[in-house]
Amino acid sequence: MALLQISEPGQSPLPHQRKLAVGIDLGTTHSLVATVISGKSTVLSDEAGEVLLPSVVRYLGVDECVVGRKAVLYQDTDPFNTILSVKRYMGRGIEDIEFSCVQMDRLRDAPGMVRIITDYKEVSPVEVSAEILKALRLRAEDFLGGPVGGAVITVPAYFDEAQRLATRDAAKLAGLDVLRLLNEPTAAAVAYGLDEGAEGTYAIFDLGGGTFDISILRLRRDVFEVLATSGDSALGGDDFDRLIAEQWVKQLEPYVIPVEVKRQLLKIARTAKEALSKNPEAIFQFRLLEQQIDLKINISDFEALSKPFLNRMLSPLKRAMRDARLTVQDITGVVMVGGATRMPQVQRLAAEFFKTTPLNNLDPDQVVALGAARQANKLIGNDVSDDWLLLDVLPLSLGLETMGGLTEKIISRNSTLPISRAQDFTTFRDGQTAISLHVVQGERELVSDCRSLARFELRGIPAMVAGAARVRVSFDVDADGLLNVSASELNTGLSTAITVKPSYGLTDEEITTMLRSSHVHAEEDMQARARREVEVEALGLKESVTRALKEASDLLLPDEELNIIHALELLDTALKVGDIADIRKNLENINRVTFSFASRRMDAGVRSVLKGQHISEIER
Amino acid sequence: MGIMLTKNAAKHVIRHIERRGKGIGLRIGVRTSGCSGMAYTLEFADNENAGDAVFETNGVKILVDPKSLVYLDGTELDYTREGLNEGFKFNNPNVKNQCGCGESFNI
Repeated sequence: MALLQISEPGQSPLPHQRKLAVGIDLGTTHSLVATVISGKSTVLSDEAGEVLLPSVVRYLGVDECVVGRKAVLYQDTDPFNTILSVKRYMGRGIEDIEFSCVQMDRLRDAPGMVRIITDYKEVSPVEVSAEILKALRLRAEDFLGGPVGGAVITVPAYFDEAQRLATRDAAKLAGLDVLRLLNEPTAAAVAYGLDEGAEGTYAIFDLGGGTFDISILRLRRDVFEVLATSGDSALGGDDFDRLIAEQWVKQLEPYVIPVEVKRQLLKIARTAKEALSKNPEAIFQFRLLEQQIDLKINISDFEALSKPFLNRMLSPLKRAMRDARLTVQDITGVVMVGGATRMPQVQRLAAEFFKTTPLNNLDPDQVVALGAARQANKLIGNDVSDDWLLLDVLPLSLGLETMGGLTEKIISRNSTLPISRAQDFTTFRDGQTAISLHVVQGERELVSDCRSLARFELRGIPAMVAGAARVRVSFDVDADGLLNVSASELNTGLSTAITVKPSYGLTDEEITTMLRSSHVHAEEDMQARARREVEVEALGLKESVTRALKEASDLLLPDEELNIIHALELLDTALKVGDIADIRKNLENINRVTFSFASRRMDAGVRSVLKGQHISEIER
Repeated sequence: MGIMLTKNAAKHVIRHIERRGKGIGLRIGVRTSGCSGMAYTLEFADNENAGDAVFETNGVKILVDPKSLVYLDGTELDYTREGLNEGFKFNNPNVKNQCGCGESFNI
């Protein structure tokens, strides 16, 4: 019996006229399609009853290809026309690709994205992904008996604009109307959150075929809030297969393994990995050069081999917790996503890190597709009950350049969108009538190490002494990630604004590199900031002393002017050398040699003020 | 006989009406369509039509047009959670069989 929702008067949907919406988990190794049937999110299987479609495409001719199990069969015998793990190439240039099995020489760099050379034609990763998506669309249409009205396709949380765009293009090419690209961990949370009615803060631990993602989500009634995301876009279950295969390759040395055999070894390695989740040892018989070889691996060797990978997962885990400003005690539960989380050592890592037993009651291979289907059903309008609000976060901090090329962060990384923040700035020089605003994105202290997003100017500030103008700069980032910056001078109400797209042009690689370098260079950055600060102070002092020398030369004692000029010259030299302590010393020196001159000047100033008031008699 | 609403269903109806901001109750009915002949309709009611049968259970007013009432008399409307989904469920003693998906039925 189907469950019904209340409709607006006269708008009850006709049965079987619901639009067919699917959720697709487009994975590195496997892809799945799910839909909501009679109110229940269900993964669809092919005619053989298989739910997982291997993300493998084999080209048979210029216009001919097969997808899935039929293609997998030929990955050893026809490696150049059989394409595996295409997700790793989506929206990527050749320099981004870390591990490419055997195909490095079959890849050609092309603007925007690599292309894969098969014997019949060159294909783009978008086309290959489209074939996988098309196979899933046909599966859904067979099952549902009608055209698919729309799809939600999931992507790793770390996917950048280019990778998302490539995914969207692939869907279009496959004849799918993309309702939304949904982050995989969010989809998992959707599946778990609604099923269990759970509320609290959850860690979504997603080790897929090609990527590792950790997301901290807060689930409250109707609201999924992403507190933080982190991960490693080049670490997945495939890498664990490779570990085992490489181990065997080493054992077979000095024999040079041909490409086809490497493929076979990889396939056996995957089976071995899966077997080790249940058994302590896996043994395979393998024929090589007319010889029977035993390929063996046991769980303790495998765990030792995979230790570096497990260690590599720790820093994204820690970073996500830090960004979410949480400790492990705050985590209500850990959701395991991705087939690779079945590995006992990965389960243990998650359990030990979060000090809790991970949740496994939904199939880790299916959970993302189940959530996506639910979201698709909602987006296409079949389910009009409660609205969910999905909140996202800012991937990198947004800030402004301040005097001396320093970054002033206005909105910090992982802030929940939408967000607004304002900060007051002032003029640096006397009589300054314009302020140039330089909007930057990144975690580093110096502007030159961050990414420039936009520049604009606020002109027409009335001439005032340095520091008197009050310029309020507001950063507003809306739910779609669009940044709007406005600046207004508070005394005059003068204002200007600009709209920028913060994530534009930042590749995944750049984001990770920028994040990593902000930690690596933390110490260096602090030094650089300190130097810039003292430099700015020195330049300010120099300017005011030089002006005073010019304006009040009558107040100078003999030799005093020479002393001051000499001190200024010393400061110049120190600035050139750039030693912070030395610059500071010279600053103090200038303060000392100008002290009596400055007090005389102040006295004179006070006197002139008193004179102006005609109260000079009082002085007597 | 009439139409009944479970406590749980009533709670959800009240919540939905509150959230919607208007409505005097719930209008339920049947119409012909679907693979087994008939389908339920479940809508917010903004006004009462002439000839409507009106039932009130657990604080919720239920309106049924006289034609539909023939098929619905004795129905209990419940609100349940099944797997990933939750929603309203018709427990209708008049139904002889329904199609596989449960969206339509016949008598």
